[in-house]
Amino acid sequence: MEPAVLTGEHFFNGDVACAEGALAAGCRFFAGYPITPATEVAEHMSKRLPRVGGVFIQMEDEISAMAAILGASCAGVKSMTATSGPGFSLMMENIGLGIAIETPCVLVNVQRAGPSTGLPTLGAQGDMMQARWGSHGHYEIIALAPSSPQEIFYQTITAFNLSETYRIPVLIMADEIVGHLSERVIIPDPAKIKLHSRPRPKGRKDRFKPFQPGPNGVAPMAHAGEGYMVHFTGLTHDERGYPVMTAEAQAEMMERITGKVRRNLDKIIQVEKYRLEDADIALVSYGISSRSSQAAVDEAREKGIKAGLFRLLTVWPFPEEIVCELASRVKGFITVELNLGQIHLEVQRCARGMAPAILVGHAGGSAITPEEILANIEELAGRVQGK
Amino acid sequence: MNTGTTPKHPLDGLLRTDRIPHIWCPGCGIGTVFSSALIAISSTGTDPMKTAVVSGIGCSGRGAGYVNLDSYHTTHGRAIPFATGMKLAKPELTVVVFSGDGDLFAIGGNHFIHAARRNMDLTVICVNNLNYGMTGGQAAATTPHLAKTSTTPMGNPEVPFNLPLLAYASGATYIARWTMLHTRDLTQSITEALMHTGFSFIEVLAPCPTGFGRKNKLKNSDLLRIYQEKAIVKNGANPAETILDLEQGITLGKFVDYDRPTFEQNYARIISN
Ligand code: SF4
Repeated sequence: MEPAVLTGEHFFNGDVACAEGALAAGCRFFAGYPITPATEVAEHMSKRLPRVGGVFIQMEDEISAMAAILGASCAGVKSMTATSGPGFSLMMENIGLGIAIETPCVLVNVQRAGPSTGLPTLGAQGDMMQARWGSHGHYEIIALAPSSPQEIFYQTITAFNLSETYRIPVLIMADEIVGHLSERVIIPDPAKIKLHSRPRPKGRKDRFKPFQPGPNGVAPMAHAGEGYMVHFTGLTHDERGYPVMTAEAQAEMMERITGKVRRNLDKIIQVEKYRLEDADIALVSYGISSRSSQAAVDEAREKGIKAGLFRLLTVWPFPEEIVCELASRVKGFITVELNLGQIHLEVQRCARGMAPAILVGHAGGSAITPEEILANIEELAGRVQGK
Repeated sequence: MNTGTTPKHPLDGLLRTDRIPHIWCPGCGIGTVFSSALIAISSTGTDPMKTAVVSGIGCSGRGAGYVNLDSYHTTHGRAIPFATGMKLAKPELTVVVFSGDGDLFAIGGNHFIHAARRNMDLTVICVNNLNYGMTGGQAAATTPHLAKTSTTPMGNPEVPFNLPLLAYASGATYIARWTMLHTRDLTQSITEALMHTGFSFIEVLAPCPTGFGRKNKLKNSDLLRIYQEKAIVKNGANPAETILDLEQGITLGKFVDYDRPTFEQNYARIISN
């Protein structure tokens, strides 16, 4: 056996850092399918998992990869898969199942430019709305966006913790640039890594209801083989897990699966505010684009423009309260993202017309440069001056 | 619920009695196959607490909802990969996939062949009713050539899979086919399949009077008569020589039963090198 947590200083690309984060978080099952630019996550897991007592399996497609990690999680093992756009599309079906049967798991999307086969080797952030709404029906989802190999290491641990705490699939929305960028990654001592695990049932097995929420709105989870004789179904079901085909049961179940997220937003959402206190222009960005944004903020400040950055570590649920609050005190928003306006729609919604919101983005294939952002900051600052 | 006056059904312990009545139509063959599976599960002596049932979508897929075991009613066609993850995560579990022909062989066909190729230690029971029952009787990958369904109103232009042959070519290590009339053989086969280490596959022909029967002007009794009269029991038959033809005959029996390393065994051996 090898240590699961490789404490020390490393030089990893984002994909490898992600895999190491998963192992540090206690992930012991990975099912995947090769796809650029996420393949290195699977390759690394195939090498490392058997050496830490876990199992790696390469499935026949991404549909089965997603199904397999749900099955493994229902048997009690922390599980993960990793993919990119085309595979992400195929996983949508069973993400919905994971949501309905409230089964923890982590899904990494190292985004490349789409639609369709798109630009397999070049980065984009074009799947952000798909992350939010890609599976059918209404639901809540948690999605994180890492901006560096070091951050993806930590976010993968956070993703597992959130997924376990709330019994929900959690998405890591990385991108090709972060996935393939090699940087210093410091892995702490295992004792310094705080891990959470799913709530577990206590008390009489015959009275146990697998979907009866506990105090924080999350039901304790019984695993296959423990004698609880649970029934899990993707059909609308009651607290016993039994299908009930009525509008009332649907409303109740939806309240359970969305309420546990909506009522814990303060515990789930992580954001970073950079030079925002006195900012006139607030940049809203995440992932690789937030690095260019931060550089642009510094350059703008040097030119005397009060710019700041609101960086989303959690993209979904969207931190709408904070952006609404910002809207009442900044003079303008600039969303910076590698797509043609997705999170920008959320920023516009929360700006509520109180402050103009513009987009700096393109269709993917290269990173957004600080110069491009700076030019837009200057333009917007000029426009809103004196307002 | 049982009261003092109703006699207790021998399978009560394995049934979610609070979910009965079930949704299956009168005359449907699924219930009989389901009972055989439960009898087999209880006769193997394996711990019911260590047995999980996984199904996909469709009439047969509802089976998971009635069994008082850890049971997972998943997405259409995905029971096998879900079961694969479950088995790999907890190898001490006996994992049974109970689903229909549409689920396992059309939308889920790719997963079936790959799990068989890996020789995943799963028992797959396919209730073959020759059509999509749940959605009202459309053509499936098992519908006989020229048979009428609601999507082949002039007759099916396609030809069906021969499931035992498909399973054999894919690498399954236990393969049997019965009809729901052959309950004793069927139960015996399911028992053997549960004990078999590796990918076991049992196809069971069961009438769907509501879908297939109605469209082809076959009453339930006609379908049952065909299953009885056309049955040719040939244990050990070469899967390539088995037939399923409502006029020519239906080859039944245990066709394949051999051992080769499972995915789990190969994985354990390779990683310890
Ligand atoms: S539609 Fe056919 S297969 Fe489905 S329950 Fe009715 S008879 Fe059985």
